[in-house]
Amino acid sequence: MRAMPTDPYAAPMPGMAHGNMTTVGVVDHDRNGFDPTTMLTEWETGLTDLLPDGRTLRTFEVAAIDREIEIAPGIFFPAWTFNDRVPGPALRAKEGERLRIIFRNYGSHPHSMHFHGIHSAGMDGVPGAGLIGPGEEFIYEFDAKPFGCHLYHCHALPLKRHIHKGMYGLFVIDPDPARHPENAAVAASRVLGSPENARWQELAMVMNAFDTNFDGANEIYAVNTVGQAYMNAPIRIDKSRPVRIYLVNVTEFDPINSLHLHANFFDYYDTGTTLTPTLRTVDLIMQCQAQRGILEFSFAEHEDGMYMFHAHQSEFTELGWVGMFDVRGPEA
Amino acid sequence: MSDQSQPTRPAMIRLLLLFVPLAVMLGAFVWIASLDPLRSFNNGAPPVEALTVERTILDETGIQILVRAGGSEAMQIAQVAVDDAYWTFTQAPPGAVARGTAVWVRIPYPWVLGEAHRVALLSNTGTAFEHEIAVAVPTPKATAGQLRIQALVGAIVGLLPVALGLMFYPAMRGVGRTGMNFLLALTVGLLAFLLIDMTLEALELSAGAAALFQGSAMVWLTALACFLLLMAIGRWRGQPEGLALAFYIALGIGLHNFGEGLAIGGAFAAGSAGLGTFLVLGFALHNVTEGIGIAAPMLRIRPPLWTFAALTLLAGGPAVLGMWTGSLAYAPQWSALALAVGAGAILQVMVEVSAYLMRQNSDRQAALFSPAVLGGFLGGLAFMYATAALIKV
Repeated sequence: MRAMPTDPYAAPMPGMAHGNMTTVGVVDHDRNGFDPTTMLTEWETGLTDLLPDGRTLRTFEVAAIDREIEIAPGIFFPAWTFNDRVPGPALRAKEGERLRIIFRNYGSHPHSMHFHGIHSAGMDGVPGAGLIGPGEEFIYEFDAKPFGCHLYHCHALPLKRHIHKGMYGLFVIDPDPARHPENAAVAASRVLGSPENARWQELAMVMNAFDTNFDGANEIYAVNTVGQAYMNAPIRIDKSRPVRIYLVNVTEFDPINSLHLHANFFDYYDTGTTLTPTLRTVDLIMQCQAQRGILEFSFAEHEDGMYMFHAHQSEFTELGWVGMFDVRGPEA
Repeated sequence: MSDQSQPTRPAMIRLLLLFVPLAVMLGAFVWIASLDPLRSFNNGAPPVEALTVERTILDETGIQILVRAGGSEAMQIAQVAVDDAYWTFTQAPPGAVARGTAVWVRIPYPWVLGEAHRVALLSNTGTAFEHEIAVAVPTPKATAGQLRIQALVGAIVGLLPVALGLMFYPAMRGVGRTGMNFLLALTVGLLAFLLIDMTLEALELSAGAAALFQGSAMVWLTALACFLLLMAIGRWRGQPEGLALAFYIALGIGLHNFGEGLAIGGAFAAGSAGLGTFLVLGFALHNVTEGIGIAAPMLRIRPPLWTFAALTLLAGGPAVLGMWTGSLAYAPQWSALALAVGAGAILQVMVEVSAYLMRQNSDRQAALFSPAVLGGFLGGLAFMYATAALIKV
């Protein structure tokens, strides 16, 4: 018997790399057909038309498609997707617009789109109201309200399976500045494409997870599907511009998820339905499933460097939900 | 050979008759493999996957595990998580793991002494194979000091009790017919305990082996084959008795002690047993009867002194080899195989000692159920069972 270390707290391997906590290899984003980095800034704005009453009609086309995706290097998941990507397209509209979503089901199971928003019973995406079988088509139609950071997901049953297979996405309704004169400038900064919005760096983030062996617990946690994606490719942040994150939690099986920002604090707008923060100066927020909100922060006063963000459930972090902001000046 | 009805065929014809079915079989395999007539059975189900961890080594470089694949197709180990944290790893040899082959997975993970860790291997389909390290301790290394200390433990557990048991030989020589019957029955009783113990141990170990080894069948068939072979060898020149029978008993007990050494060495390497003095003494006491059993069939002859040394080495020495093997080169299927061989050997000596006991008595029926024989047999079982309580942890 070899002499054991007498100190029970002595690491038997001094100097071993504790920094080896990472997946091995890289995900083939081209084969997946989507890239977590470009997904951050990819907004689906559809096609617009003018209605007789002068309002805007915004039309989205979304299809349910079965597709195998690589969610961590070398690990493949038989996903059900909206428009061939997980999360589905980040739909973006403006408060007061008329929305029309043409939904086609090319998948192997019945699916629907259930929007978190205000609409009639017949447009709800539950069985009997827009839940369609394979090969069928349905058009959801409603007004874009209330403004905020919302989501949509498939509401076919069993719900758990349909959601965690990948059928969810962001649904953002920008506030109409004309309707909010008291906070018109804030509202304008949230309208995609407005001059006030141009200086903001907006990021679409969906906290999701995958139960690859279908035992009711997740093997991979991520933001925008690919575990550790933003560790391998840190998110470039221009520190001269403020950052706004549209964040939604669609993690199945675990009751809550969270986001913790390192070395900085942020303002938080729960559900994004207000123009003043619901939480000020925090560095961590929790979201239960389908909860969402908007984070606003700035790195203007920080020195250049890598700033981490991750779920503050360490387990999620170590199973893939961790990333880096690569903070530099505009020219660096 | 006068009633031979068929004339002998020419050699060429007989060879041809052998080759025709072989050729048809080969052709059928090629046809099935190339045309895949069973493809309509393909229901889109993913391939069956199986990974079995055979060895675990913990040292200053982290965790190393020997993993054997047993799925329906070659498998990819895509990621490795330790305690729910993805960790870097290297695989040797790299690439897909073909069915039946084993690879080393090396994880530079800073494991914590005395605590439990859970290693999960994820395949490309996301199937997770978990392996628990119940208590993390450094795996013994094959250094001179390590080998010496293990040899010492093996000697205390194996050699010492056999030698002690054999020292009863002079005292036993004076016994009469009844005493002799008692001692032989005692031997059969302790062997019966060892047989049960080894078989169960072998089956338990084999359950942890990869499915393609067919653990349970392997254990039973190996034991049976070993029993038959030893019976045949033993009866080459009549039924064994005296010195020959003593050597067969020593061989069977030696194989058992090899298994015992494997178990101690393996438990030691796995950190599941702090090898305390009490445990080692328990093993020694448990094994003292083995020496008595070996001595029993020699009471009517006058064996030279060197045979005692040889018998001690044969019966006790394997404990040392078992210790080394168990702690340094452990694999469940090979340990189960060794124990199965031992079980077959034990059965052979049980049969031979019983036969010898019967031959010693003219009235076989009466002798079998005489107080001495029945008492000896049950006494042997009871002693082994009672002392085993000391060593089962």
